[in-house]
Amino acid sequence: MNSIALKMLMGDKLKYFGLVAGIAFATMLILQQSSILVGFARQTGAFIRDTAQADLWIMDPQVRFSQDQVPVRGTTIQLARGVPGVDWALPLYQGFLRGKMPDGTRFTMILVGLDDATLMGAPPVIADGTLADLRRDKAVFIQADKPEKKLMMKRGGNRPLAIGDRFSANDQEAVVAGTYRGRESFFWEPVVYTTYSRALQYAPPERNSLAFILVKVKPGHDLQTVKAALEDRTGLAVRTNEEFIKLTADYILNTTGILVNFGLAVALGVLIGSLVAGQTFYNFTLDNLRHYGALKAMGVSNSQLMGMVLLQAGTVAVLGYGVGVGLGSMMGWIVASQGLAFSMPWYVPAFAFTAIISVCALAAWLSLRQVFKLEPAVVFKA
Amino acid sequence: MKPSSNTPAVACKAVTRVYGEGETAVQALRGIDLDIQSCELMMLVGPSGCGKTTLISIIAGILDKTDGACRVFGDDLAAMSAAERTLWRRENVGFVFQAFNLMPALTAVENVAIPLLINGVPRSQALERAGEMLARVGLDNRRHSLPSQLSGGQQQRVAIGRALVHAPRLVVCDEPTSALDHETGHQVMDVLRAVAAVDDRALVVVTHDARIFNFADRIARMDDGRITDITANAAAREAVPA
Repeated sequence: MNSIALKMLMGDKLKYFGLVAGIAFATMLILQQSSILVGFARQTGAFIRDTAQADLWIMDPQVRFSQDQVPVRGTTIQLARGVPGVDWALPLYQGFLRGKMPDGTRFTMILVGLDDATLMGAPPVIADGTLADLRRDKAVFIQADKPEKKLMMKRGGNRPLAIGDRFSANDQEAVVAGTYRGRESFFWEPVVYTTYSRALQYAPPERNSLAFILVKVKPGHDLQTVKAALEDRTGLAVRTNEEFIKLTADYILNTTGILVNFGLAVALGVLIGSLVAGQTFYNFTLDNLRHYGALKAMGVSNSQLMGMVLLQAGTVAVLGYGVGVGLGSMMGWIVASQGLAFSMPWYVPAFAFTAIISVCALAAWLSLRQVFKLEPAVVFKA
Repeated sequence: MKPSSNTPAVACKAVTRVYGEGETAVQALRGIDLDIQSCELMMLVGPSGCGKTTLISIIAGILDKTDGACRVFGDDLAAMSAAERTLWRRENVGFVFQAFNLMPALTAVENVAIPLLINGVPRSQALERAGEMLARVGLDNRRHSLPSQLSGGQQQRVAIGRALVHAPRLVVCDEPTSALDHETGHQVMDVLRAVAAVDDRALVVVTHDARIFNFADRIARMDDGRITDITANAAAREAVPA
């Protein structure tokens, strides 16, 4: 009976391709919307991932996201270093500063100050120059990726900042000594790296300037134990990279409405995809109702018919899903290569697969109701 | 008609069937008494809406009667559960439909093999036996043709092959020639008569195609849910010349 079911499914090529295409479209829609949402969520944690040499971040408990500025006292570093299991604890400055390019173009930057001695917390890839160049006089590193978008001199030469260019950081001179490559970030301001001491010179004077303390746990020590001890000793919030990423993503997604908007888009994708896939399969079954009636008359039981319909639904679901994932991945590759938010971790296709299988199961169930209700005597109606 | 045992293949007594309830109820059958013998080709004739299709649906076990008794090969279908009746139909009944009802995606031989597959015969054996049956209905050279590639008469012969391939004891045919021209209709009835009405099999043919009345052993005329007259072959031939 399985061969009959599959022949029924694939016999009419146009309907068959329509079914697979409908489900592929639904899969692609779900994948695309979900991946964009995940992409945005991931981009919110770009800075934290770029600074991933540390295991833990010490911060003020009021910090809501990675670019939030709630400094802590500088003496906290000494407290942290005294906690058993701490390999090293280093300062990290981070703050928004106004800048002005040589041609007068004004911009706002996120200035990051790395520990002068170790330069820990630097971005993972240095594109031009070496990290040690940061120790040169007035040296800063700017992002090499898409400079035309973030650090473009629009009023003069209409060119991006380059190595050797000087610009003003909070009315003090900075020299571009190198470039780095970082992850695509949700935040649009350019991130400029310098040393911790120079960052304090550039930044407006404050009572406390230390944004974060980066902590590395000694090998063989339990991360959670050290984390709890740091919290106890400093009285501040201590977060792992993943916890800080989640905190940031939750805050950004919720306060900006991205979660609601893209959640709706994902829901819409599931709904439209469901309607397309479900309706197409339901119509396919209705088109074949007469044949199911004939089979019923000839002695095919309801359980055999159920097996046939489920086999058909499962076949188009798996095929359509496969095609949809392929198309979705291709579209994602194109979108991501343009620097747009698109990320497809394993759970996105798994979610889409669950959604598509559920939709097809629902459509099959609705179809089966019609098949079960069908009186075999219908076959004698002309 | 060959001599048969005293027990009829089909024995209907005071069979009634009512569709709907209350004021909208329609009495489709009003007390049918009918016996059909093995090896007999019985035709049910009458105007549209007289209850012919309802009667063969009850005889074939795909519709419940409202009242009366109907035994087919001694089995009381009303006493069976739906699942038992499905199994009974699977083994004992072959169907020929007015609109052929062939699966458009299956080849002729695959269509004929369907009842064997339903009965659990392995696919290769089923296709082999279906091929032999196609040869018996004169379509050996069209085994791998799709229904859309066959003429109406050829499609109906495939349907006859499908109805007979699992050697059922009862074959019910609903208007088997109404979609065919005169000559093709006669060819189909020739095949049906030659291949089906053998081996103690009973055939019930519903038709209002007077051109094929002479193929019947007996003709039961129906009107308004009742059998008004049953005539034997000779009388039928006299009444309606071929």
